[in-house]
Amino acid sequence: MRLHAGVSHLGRTALNAISIDADLVARLQAGDSGAFEALVRQYSMPLLRVARRFLRSEEHARDAVQDAFISAYKSIGRFASTSRLSTWLHRIVVNASLMRLRTQRRHPEEDIESHLPRFLEDGHQVAPSVAWSEPADEMVQREEVRGIVRAAIDRLPEQYRIVLLLRDIEEMTTEETAEALGITANAVKIRLHRARQALRTLLDPHMRGATR
Amino acid sequence: MSERPYLPCREIIAFLADYLDGALAAETRSEFDRHLAVCPSCVAYLASYRDTIRMAKAASIDADADDPPEELVRAIVASVHGE
Repeated sequence: MRLHAGVSHLGRTALNAISIDADLVARLQAGDSGAFEALVRQYSMPLLRVARRFLRSEEHARDAVQDAFISAYKSIGRFASTSRLSTWLHRIVVNASLMRLRTQRRHPEEDIESHLPRFLEDGHQVAPSVAWSEPADEMVQREEVRGIVRAAIDRLPEQYRIVLLLRDIEEMTTEETAEALGITANAVKIRLHRARQALRTLLDPHMRGATR
Repeated sequence: MSERPYLPCREIIAFLADYLDGALAAETRSEFDRHLAVCPSCVAYLASYRDTIRMAKAASIDADADDPPEELVRAIVASVHGE
């Protein structure tokens, strides 16, 4: 295929998306009432998927999405054209979900210490690690395995689960995560490492070869 | 041949995230690599730790192209336009 001015097909697709977003933002900032419904129709499903990862109930996830769109509507005038609309909305729905989580009653939680590796006095692991049976990319294709992984994430204590979601799933930086949670960057790093270790422990018995 | 003691597994696992992020000083990284060359347990732990990160991401991302729930769209639009 002949490329126009060195821009690939994928590049043009991305540029088209930015152009459509820019048009939508301009209409929103001009007070076009139809533009808001277009925004909601275009982005409510991706935002709902994000909120569902944080909030355990569908009702609370939908409330967070509604909070996010109201917040976006109020602050659209401050939207910087240098940002991606999807990235801006993503950040807003993450914050709305975190706000909802803070108001919810906590569930009984397992002690994360029980899921961390244990060591002998000489520094070796009490139970040496064994390689998993298949590559992760293949295992996670199976719906059964995907369910096991999601259930294991759900078992993590809340302060660890949230950091894992923000860093490894939503791909926010350490600094962005620290700011969103009001904790230090070092605390984010410590919680993330412990969350990954605990999740690894929870997955280990399933991944050693008993998932087919 | 080097007489230096190896880092203990405890140290390897404690700083695994920094190792994967490339955040360790060159000297410390070479000590990590020296340990991994002789410790199958830490090699297995490192691989499964890395797999855990990949699987958490892949299992959490739902790529279904569903339409948004109509009642949610209407509720959001009404909340802003006061319908």
